[in-house]
Amino acid sequence: MDFGPYLLLATLEGAVGAAVLALTALGLALVFGVMRIVNVAHGAFFMLGAIIAWWVADRLGVGSALNFLAALIIAPLAVGAVAVVAERSVLRRLNYNPESTIVATIGLLYVIEQVALMTYGPDARPVVAPWDFRIQLPWFGYSGYKILVIGASIAILLAVWWGLTRTRIGLMMRATQFDSETARAFAIPVDLVYGGVFAFGAMLAAVGAVLVVPIQQAHYLMGTDPLLLSFIVVIVGGLGSLRGTVLAAVIIGLSDGIISVFFTPTLAKIIATLAVATILIVRPRGLFGTRPT
Amino acid sequence: MLKVENINSFYDRTQVLRDFSLSAEAGRVLCVMGRNGAGKTTVLKSIMGLIRPHSGRVIIDGTDIAPLQAEEAPRHGIGYVPQGRRLFSELSVADNIEIGLMARGSGQDVRERVLDFFPVLRERFYQRAGTLSGGEQQMLAIARALCLDPCVLLLDEPTEGLMPAMIARIGEVVLKLKSHGVAVILVEQRVDAVLRIADRVLFVENGRSRETVEAEVLRKTPEMLERYLGVGQ
Ligand SMILES: Nc1ncnc2c1ncn2[C@@H]1O[C@H](COP(=O)(O)OP(=O)(O)OP(=O)(O)O)[C@@H](O)[C@H]1O
Ligand SMILES: [Mg+2]
Repeated sequence: MDFGPYLLLATLEGAVGAAVLALTALGLALVFGVMRIVNVAHGAFFMLGAIIAWWVADRLGVGSALNFLAALIIAPLAVGAVAVVAERSVLRRLNYNPESTIVATIGLLYVIEQVALMTYGPDARPVVAPWDFRIQLPWFGYSGYKILVIGASIAILLAVWWGLTRTRIGLMMRATQFDSETARAFAIPVDLVYGGVFAFGAMLAAVGAVLVVPIQQAHYLMGTDPLLLSFIVVIVGGLGSLRGTVLAAVIIGLSDGIISVFFTPTLAKIIATLAVATILIVRPRGLFGTRPT
Repeated sequence: MLKVENINSFYDRTQVLRDFSLSAEAGRVLCVMGRNGAGKTTVLKSIMGLIRPHSGRVIIDGTDIAPLQAEEAPRHGIGYVPQGRRLFSELSVADNIEIGLMARGSGQDVRERVLDFFPVLRERFYQRAGTLSGGEQQMLAIARALCLDPCVLLLDEPTEGLMPAMIARIGEVVLKLKSHGVAVILVEQRVDAVLRIADRVLFVENGRSRETVEAEVLRKTPEMLERYLGVGQ
């Protein structure tokens, strides 16, 4: 293949990665932004989403499209429920203390991984893509499903943005993020907002995971890379800035995908990390970070 | 209207308020005075339920809201203008107003009334709150609280850091609210402003409520101020 088409292929691959990363990182950014919690278990929620998606598709067996659709609905809801339980039973009891919650979510990560290993096992298993049509370009054919992933991610990001900026619930979330005490003085149920945001952040990771399982198989250790990349994205984007997070996800996802195609995934991670270090030297608060934290 | 009875409030293990009591009446202005760190802000936070008193009662409309969730105070019509304004400065003026309206499910009529009261906010409606001038920010903080259509208004040092013209404007606003029958609790350090606006003055010392004095009396015997505040006027 010539360089041009090859670059196009690499860019498409990068865009798919960026699409999933944007969803996952946005979940992490919301939880950090609103609750000031560094959720180390975020990758475990991602993995849990993928495994539940496989489980739903496997049990249902009503044809790949319906299986997938059911997984896309059930897996995020189930993960959201797990997140709510964790939030109510652990994080809330710790008073959302920044240090203690890091330790608690590390514990949660191990618990979820161990439960996944004991129930789902150590194997990697795929979910069949809902459609298997290929888009035939002049130089190569490309998976129509992957294009769908990009489209779905953009649609979800737009919906989240709309919800945050145009609805009352979004306004309550942003008020809680900026000043939770004053929010309470204006009857905003900060407790409910916290529970909701934590669950919603986990659900975004789960949606990303369901989108990814037809491309990459479900495995109980698959949460590590998304977690680390999401951390990088959230820090580069400027802690708590959702715009910055999405922009950083696109940049890092694209470059990660392109370098992985041309060279190796490991080199891609090394370059991404170095680039991040450079950005943080120039702009210590990230691309869109304004307020000192 | 609003009665605080013998509350004891803590930050973690440190007790700040001891058997603190006050009462606010409709259409009257109660000024709260005391030295820095005396506990004035803590009194207002305890009323709002932002700090939950370990004991004592905060009674509004016959309900003791002290043991309830923080949402109860605004739902019962207690509006709060915090010290340092505490606007949602990243949000627009419109959003700050909206948050006030949501607190008690107030309608558009309340919003229009509040904006008529502070026309400058209408001009700046879609601007980020953080970009307003200090005086405008204080107007917005008061407007946000008025969006609850409050029966009790708590103001914590609203004149702090403002220019004289703005201070006078805030005085007018308070008197206007008073004439509408709102019970006002005003924490204020400026003696001249207090003597002009207050109906009664409550002195706070080391987290305890000392005497409540009619403003008339204070105007005649300003020596009292010296006793509690260590200032001579
Ligand atoms: N968040 C907090 N944690 C611990 N102690 C606090 C906290 N806030 C206030 N305090 C302490 O409680 C006491 C009363 O504080 P408060 O803010 O109520 O005083 P104040 O009368 O409003 O003072 P000022 O005139 O400076 O506003 C002070 O000794 C203060 O150090
Ligand atoms: Mg104070």
